[in-house]
Amino acid sequence: MSEDLMQQAIDLANRARDLSDDAAALARETARISSDSGLVEAVGPSPLITGLTVFILAIFVGYYVVWRVTPALHSPLMGVTNAISSVIIVGALIAAGTGDFGFSEIMGFIAVTLASVNIFGGFLVTHRMLSMFKKKQK
Amino acid sequence: MSYNLAAFFYLIASVCFILALRGLSHPESSRGGLRFGIAGMVIAVITTLFIMPQVNFVLILLGIIVGGAIGTVIAIRIQMTALPQLVAAFHSLVGLAAVLVAAAAFYNPAAYGIGVPGDIKTASLIEMAIGAAIGAITFTGSIVAFAKLQGLVSGKPVVFAMQHWLNLALGILAVILIIWMVAGQSATAFWLLVLLTLVLGVLIIIPIGGADMPVVISMLNSYSGWAAAGIGFTLGNNLLIITGALVGSAGAILSYIMCKGMNRSFISVILGGFGGESAAAGAGDGEQRSYRQGAADDAAFLMRNAEKVIIVPGYGMAVAQAQHALREMADLLKGEGVEVKYAIHPVAGRMPGHMYVLLAEANVPYDEVFEMDEINREFAETDVAFVIGANDVTNPSAKSDPASPIYGMPVLDVEKAQNVLFVKRSMASGYAGVDNPLFYMDQTMMLLADAKKMCEDIVKALEA
Repeated sequence: MSEDLMQQAIDLANRARDLSDDAAALARETARISSDSGLVEAVGPSPLITGLTVFILAIFVGYYVVWRVTPALHSPLMGVTNAISSVIIVGALIAAGTGDFGFSEIMGFIAVTLASVNIFGGFLVTHRMLSMFKKKQK
Repeated sequence: MSYNLAAFFYLIASVCFILALRGLSHPESSRGGLRFGIAGMVIAVITTLFIMPQVNFVLILLGIIVGGAIGTVIAIRIQMTALPQLVAAFHSLVGLAAVLVAAAAFYNPAAYGIGVPGDIKTASLIEMAIGAAIGAITFTGSIVAFAKLQGLVSGKPVVFAMQHWLNLALGILAVILIIWMVAGQSATAFWLLVLLTLVLGVLIIIPIGGADMPVVISMLNSYSGWAAAGIGFTLGNNLLIITGALVGSAGAILSYIMCKGMNRSFISVILGGFGGESAAAGAGDGEQRSYRQGAADDAAFLMRNAEKVIIVPGYGMAVAQAQHALREMADLLKGEGVEVKYAIHPVAGRMPGHMYVLLAEANVPYDEVFEMDEINREFAETDVAFVIGANDVTNPSAKSDPASPIYGMPVLDVEKAQNVLFVKRSMASGYAGVDNPLFYMDQTMMLLADAKKMCEDIVKALEA
């Protein structure tokens, strides 16, 4: 009788261990699947959607701001937009200054130089234009 | 510096750029706006240097100093008449920089945290390809625009059979190359894409004639913005995305305004070919019509005794470098109690707002200069309209003759003035190759001479 009971207890313990192994395996599997889909690291939309949100909103800002620019200053507007579009220098700096020296660094260096021509040239020529606009002297 | 802090500083830089554009709503606020723009750029560059793990300062400083020096010298030396070429050249640099950054990101994706060579994230690859493609089109397209504006190549549209089908085929090919590049992480596909879009940039701009250059420059301005935004998506950098969107929409709006000023649809400008068939347009009746010719003394007499004179300057005035003599003439007239105003057509000059800058350079106060919609109704109560270096934008057949190639284009109502003085080198037709009935109207007096010479002669007559 007691041997029967003992045997049942051992069987139960074995089944419990198998079950816990299964549960652990399932948990590992779940963790793998969820990390693959990025659910564990980042909760929320993908960088692409975040970027797209910013992009569309910025287009609207640009639309309303630019329509308020007086026609007399459309040339300076082109000068300024030309200068600020050279903010692409941000990408060029990262490429140029990694500390190594290879193909990407050369590309980055040239891009930094080109963007600098634009930044200095664009802001300066706009400054020249704007400083010419004077009011009537009375 | 943590990435969150960097993102915050990038946000500040973005706001600075928005304020820079906002300042341009009035000349008074514009100079303050420009300071915001410069501050934004400085913040952007310094923030970037702080978040980089290692910085090769020698290489970076060398690039900034060399590029900055070149840009500074060019900006100081450039003549204001050559502004359109300069802007086109600058756009080409933005385009090329976008291509190079995309290439750098393709070969060293780890630096941007978008993967390792041969295993770059799919979304990043697509964004990179689009950024590089738009950049390459901007680069060569701007070079062609520069060459046309500078007179290195003819401003005549270059058209050939099946042109648009060829462009369409190349466009489809570009999409296929992007798919190949993304699917296979292929460097070959990347470079083929760059090469193809470089060619496409040339092909897109060559059919567009010189008269449509204001649209082209605005359009390339827009493209340079979209290229920057594409790179911004690749790098996951909101500052680049925001700035690209601002620049892109600014260029698009300017293109729209220029198209409207010429009554052209954007599509027809892009398809090009306008301004090539100049001989066919105006020579309809072929008969010699009579016109009244005058001299500087007559013009001086008319204007001195006028109460109100409106000056209509066009690009021809700038070509003849007549703006200073013109302003001197206007000053003398104002000294005699004549009210003098300037009327500017939206597409006067070769880029948006060009004429305003040329007049400002000659010290014409900006509050005497009016855009077409503001001043058009004043011609009816004006004694003398003084047209100098402009032609098509005063052509009344744009309002009355449906057969005219420029029919429907908004024009200045010059013919409503009591007297029209029309300064012109000869009786040849204008930039669009269209005859102007204004020449033969009773109230018109033609002043056939070089614009600068004529203004100087009128100044002499007024001083006498």
